[in-house]
Amino acid sequence: MVPLIDYLILSAVLFTIGIIGILIRRNIITIFMSIEIMLNSVNLAFVAFSRFLGNMDGQIVVFFIFAVAAAEAAVGLALVVAWFKLKESIQVDDMKLLKG
Amino acid sequence: MTNYVWLIPVLPLAGFLVNGLFGSRMSRKVVSWIANLTIFASFVFALVLYIHMLGTPALSEEGIHNILFPWLNVGAFHINFAFLFDRISGTMTLMVAGVGFLIHVYSVGYMAEEDGYFRYFAYLNLFMFAMLTLVLADNLLLMFVGWEGVGLCSYLLIGFYYTTKVASDAGKKAFLVNRIGDFGFLLGMFLLFYLFGTLQFPQMKEIILSHHILPELTTGLITIATLLMFVGAVGKSAQLPLYVWLPDAMAGPTPVSALIHAATMVTSGVYMIVRLNFLFQLAPNTLLIVAWVGGITALFAATIGTVQNDIKKVLAYSTVSQLGYMFLGLGVGAFVAGFFHIITHAFFKALLFLGSGSVIHAMHHAYHHAGIHDKDPQDIRNMGGLRKYMPVTYWTFLVATLAISGFPVFSGFFSKDEILWKAFASGHKTLWAIGAFAALLTSFYMFRLIYVAFLGNFRGGEKEEEGLHESPRSMTVPLTILGILAAVGGFIGFPRIFHLPNILEEVLEPMIPAVNPVHYLHNVSTEWTMMGISVAIAILGWLIARTFYAGESAKLVEGLSNTFSYIHKLLLNKYYVDEIYFALVVHPVKRIGEFLWYYIDVILIDGTVNLAGMLATCCGRVITLFQNGSVKMYAFSMLTGILILFWIFVG
Repeated sequence: MVPLIDYLILSAVLFTIGIIGILIRRNIITIFMSIEIMLNSVNLAFVAFSRFLGNMDGQIVVFFIFAVAAAEAAVGLALVVAWFKLKESIQVDDMKLLKG
Repeated sequence: MTNYVWLIPVLPLAGFLVNGLFGSRMSRKVVSWIANLTIFASFVFALVLYIHMLGTPALSEEGIHNILFPWLNVGAFHINFAFLFDRISGTMTLMVAGVGFLIHVYSVGYMAEEDGYFRYFAYLNLFMFAMLTLVLADNLLLMFVGWEGVGLCSYLLIGFYYTTKVASDAGKKAFLVNRIGDFGFLLGMFLLFYLFGTLQFPQMKEIILSHHILPELTTGLITIATLLMFVGAVGKSAQLPLYVWLPDAMAGPTPVSALIHAATMVTSGVYMIVRLNFLFQLAPNTLLIVAWVGGITALFAATIGTVQNDIKKVLAYSTVSQLGYMFLGLGVGAFVAGFFHIITHAFFKALLFLGSGSVIHAMHHAYHHAGIHDKDPQDIRNMGGLRKYMPVTYWTFLVATLAISGFPVFSGFFSKDEILWKAFASGHKTLWAIGAFAALLTSFYMFRLIYVAFLGNFRGGEKEEEGLHESPRSMTVPLTILGILAAVGGFIGFPRIFHLPNILEEVLEPMIPAVNPVHYLHNVSTEWTMMGISVAIAILGWLIARTFYAGESAKLVEGLSNTFSYIHKLLLNKYYVDEIYFALVVHPVKRIGEFLWYYIDVILIDGTVNLAGMLATCCGRVITLFQNGSVKMYAFSMLTGILILFWIFVG
């Protein structure tokens, strides 16, 4: 049986990859994907804890996160499409309209 | 009936409300009917009430006291909204409403072609309301309401032709100068309340008569209080040094000059002192000042009047001068004589102004007829020979001139002579001499007007001459009525030596008791002599005017004014009083205002506020550097923050 710590390490690695992706990539689609990776790393941690503690709460939360992630992706991608229609670009560096 | 005294002032108020609110949608005819009928009703009611009051012994002592409602109740301060119709206020009301009505009628003709017709009559009715409130008030506070009300209407009506700068400036000047006087009135009122604990005339009088106030404690304070009240009178009644607004007030329509600035409002200062005679009689020092101010003003204004060329300006200075006579009379303790002169002056001066209005009206039409726009219809040098074209105006003007100059039988003779005689008989010989000399000047400048404006030949072109005509009936009828009054109005106050009943003195005598009687000289032969001197002075003034201005003697005047060019210039420029006031008061006040505006307001206050604003803006500028719009930057900051928090709390 794979010990809990391995799942957690994998989860942390995925999370870090997600953060780094958000920080360094400029394509907004990639950033979305990084966010998905981060969400799924959290899902992984939830499922692992659920399994090891013998408690179903973690797995239920994961279903909620799936639903939220799907909704978020739908809204986010719609925004990206709208933005692209307007500016013909999906580079985040071009999105600086709220500069103070 | 005695409970309806309030109708007298309220009727014109109703006229004002109707005309003021709906006048713009009514025809001129309706507007003038409303305005005239309301004031006529007031007059008739006042007349009925007056006869009723004198006929009822219980009322004739105390007067009709009409308390409407308690007005102010603060601690020991109780003021009722109440009117007092007694012998003094009743007589004054009759004069105000009567002359006011005649001038209303006259205005119908005079203003017929002017814009703002309904506005004019609304203001005129509002003025009558304020004036009648002033006259009928039973306490000083309500009197002050009327006092301010007439000031307001005076301002509105002087500035009636508000599109011309002269008129609006004159209105402001009148308002501001009167403010100084009102300040004195207010302070005097406060002091009187402190002394008496009441502001009602009957109660104040009672307190004095019953010696509730110890004279040795209060004589000084009463002198101060009466002096302050006199400051109010000086402002309202245009005496030195606050007379400057009255000549400028001539910028208003001429009937307004007749009503407000000759017959009624300007006499309210004199009326107030007559009303408070019981108080002023306790302050001989104040009376002395009143007499001297009056005497000097009478002379001062008369000298200016002798050289003015604007027909209304001459009459304005004449008014200031005549008001000076009234104060002179009051000051020597002859309250009845001063009051008498208010009434006769109202008749003949209103008549003079209305006559001048008729002349100006005619000149205006003549210029209009000839297509001339740059000539001044008020300048007597452009007139001459008007007698031929406007006989009614000429004859009534002549009657008024005879009255003001003091020719026997005419009204001014009795009242002015009474004042001069009382001044002499009370031992003020210098004041008598000043008054007599002013009388000479009065006679001179009035006959100068007659000779220059009405006699001789017309000094305009033929085309203008064609346009000259007598004024309409609505103007000549009031002129005629006032002419009769100016001629016979003096019969209400025959001097004692005539052995005829002195109606006015009999009426007023119970209201003007001699608390501190002035001891007059009683010498019949001296009085006859003084009267003879007065008549001689009047005739002398006429003869001088005739020498200078009758026929083709203009060269004589020119020579004389060249010989004494300095004096002539000094008089023509009204002793430069306006210029002196401008330099001493207006200019410094403006400079102070500029200083306060620039250094205090702009630099100090605005500077502080702007500094605070600028600081906030600067901080904002620095902070906005962080908000660069880059989402990644925000995400990085957030991450860094979270890591730091982790490091603090966990690691």
